[in-house]
Amino acid sequence: MSSIHPDQAEALGLVGKRGQGVERDPETIDGTITDDPTRRVPLVLGNRDFHSVTETICGWVENKTPNWWFPAFAVSNVLAIVGTVMILFLIVTGVGVWGLNNPVSWGWAIVNFVWWVGIGHAGTLISAILCLLKQNWRTSINRFAEAMTIFAVICAGTFPGIHVGRVWFAWFLFPIPNYNWIWPNFRSPLLWDVFAVGTYFTVSLLFWYMGMIPDLATLRDRAIARFNQKVTFGPMWAPHPLPAFVKKLTTVSIPANKIASYFYGVLALGWRFSSRHWWNYEKAYILLAGVAAPLVLSVHSVVSFDFAVSIIPGWHTTIFPPYFVAGAIFSGFAMVLTLLIPARALYPGMKDFVTARTIENMCKIITLTGSMVGFAYIMEFFIAWYGANPYEAEAFMIRAFGPYWWAYWIMMFCNVVSPQVFWFKWCRTNLVFIFIISIIVNIGMWFERLVIVTTLSADFVTSSWGYYSPTWVDILTFVGSIGIFMTLFLLFCRFLPMLAISEVKNVMPQADPHHPMYHKDGHHNGDQHKASDRSEGGH
Amino acid sequence: MSAHSVTSSSGAPLHAIMAEFPNPAVVSHAAEKIRDLGYSKWDVYSPFPIHGIDEAMGLKPSRVSFFAGAGAISGITIALLMQWWMSAVDYPMVIGGKPYFAWEQYFPVTFELAVLMTSISAIVGMLTLNGLPLLHHPMAKKERFLRVGDDRFIIAIEAADPKFNADDIRKLLADLGGEHIDEVEE
Repeated sequence: MSSIHPDQAEALGLVGKRGQGVERDPETIDGTITDDPTRRVPLVLGNRDFHSVTETICGWVENKTPNWWFPAFAVSNVLAIVGTVMILFLIVTGVGVWGLNNPVSWGWAIVNFVWWVGIGHAGTLISAILCLLKQNWRTSINRFAEAMTIFAVICAGTFPGIHVGRVWFAWFLFPIPNYNWIWPNFRSPLLWDVFAVGTYFTVSLLFWYMGMIPDLATLRDRAIARFNQKVTFGPMWAPHPLPAFVKKLTTVSIPANKIASYFYGVLALGWRFSSRHWWNYEKAYILLAGVAAPLVLSVHSVVSFDFAVSIIPGWHTTIFPPYFVAGAIFSGFAMVLTLLIPARALYPGMKDFVTARTIENMCKIITLTGSMVGFAYIMEFFIAWYGANPYEAEAFMIRAFGPYWWAYWIMMFCNVVSPQVFWFKWCRTNLVFIFIISIIVNIGMWFERLVIVTTLSADFVTSSWGYYSPTWVDILTFVGSIGIFMTLFLLFCRFLPMLAISEVKNVMPQADPHHPMYHKDGHHNGDQHKASDRSEGGH
Repeated sequence: MSAHSVTSSSGAPLHAIMAEFPNPAVVSHAAEKIRDLGYSKWDVYSPFPIHGIDEAMGLKPSRVSFFAGAGAISGITIALLMQWWMSAVDYPMVIGGKPYFAWEQYFPVTFELAVLMTSISAIVGMLTLNGLPLLHHPMAKKERFLRVGDDRFIIAIEAADPKFNADDIRKLLADLGGEHIDEVEE
């Protein structure tokens, strides 16, 4: 008869002391998806100890660049260059190169802006809101999602910047004294947007960077250790091991390790893993999470004010802020999955951290937020009829059955119908299927913004109606922004720790000093036993 | 005993005596003992924040909150003063028939600036309280210390501690389960 608690057995399995750890199934279901609610599923698989966690995550940075990386980076770079050339073309020629016309004075630029900002919502949601809710499964994906957030906001910020027409006056957006002695209008949602997106970018960057300081310090220390360890070179035909005198001549430290130690050393700010430092650090982290949580909700609310505060039928609705926020989280999680599923396949070690259950949880959030978005679409339609405003009703009829009917029904299919598949367990656990759905959701959310923006095409007076279609410059600028995003993301995968090393270690069972496994092995004497029993009783 | 008179076995000024511990449980227990013995200048180094180490070390509540609070208040103040002066004093303009200083319309910018200043001051406060950024630290010279970011747990009692006595500390750390007890030179 075994008197061991299943929790403890699993923990011991993870430390490698006992072979009872969760065995990984060769299929996608790795044992973490269970219908038994009493079973606490481990967050880190593969019988790992702290050292193997460090080795795996730092290894992605330290080992040779994987072969797939170069072609991927080349393609992204080409697209990024195309995007940059399109932006330069726009600046030297004028916004006339885009498909804008008189009723539709906002085209793909605003669609792309809102789409990218929306994608950027998942990172801070995962790191802030899920941190406050103590969802420990987030530790394996937060660094990844935060990086995605920052790069998405960079792409987003480009579009309003180049949309102002005379780009060299873009600084008028900020309250900076100018030669006309006028100030920006603080009662305009477009100005609120500048502050909201600017704050969001800065806070996300700070949050990301602060979370990374300890991991950068780990990389720094490993680079120093490697530099101290001399490497022996010799001619390939020389006998092995080399004779002592040859060894002496050819034993060197690799300069790349020196460069790495300075690079990560400067970024790590001299972090030395002191508990006194951790104490302030954790406080700062939770405070940042506390202020970033309402910030996430505020940013897309403010973005929705760009539309909702105007008096255009179809835009002037109070449902916009919550519906935009739900849509942002929806698209953000979809983009995290779009990036995570290939990354998980390309870096096999990641499967121990990003478990099937983590991905299943994300699918559930997609279904939840997708249903909220679907509810908002239907409610908008209902209010358009129930509100008895003929302009409002007409705007919605034109959306669904007018010249852009195809965009509307693509949106309805991608955002309302497709996420409902995750009610089925097979769909939530099949990675290829999840990947396809995540792409469909991304497409759907892009079309949602197109549907909203093209509401402009049917103006109040029928004589001023105008159909909007993009030019090749519009299309290539959008494709280019994806290239910029992917370039930055691939650089992140190569040079920075993709998973939060210290946070992952912190959610492993052996990180808890009061865990029973430390008190039943016979490691300690009776005195220590008593002390820890007492402290456990207090928890 | 003054800190300057403490030297290592090789004669160089001594910074601390360090010992390695096998896991978070042992290191927490050792921290409790060192706390109870009344040492003040010492530290536990661990690859992640150990749960309950603040209590085990007898740390006071972190003061980062004061920095964050000051940031929040100054963010709100700066935002309201800026918007009031720009829109109601220096360049007053009637927009939508509203009063020059209708606070509702100034709320989004005020909120965003408050969040921005809170975050920046929380991080700056965290770094200030920790004495970072720092270019070099005596502990970093130790080969074994380089593993602390990986899987090692280290306690170091500094020579600057008023109760510092090298022999007592070596014995104490060994009794608490410390291994590889070593001197750290300044």
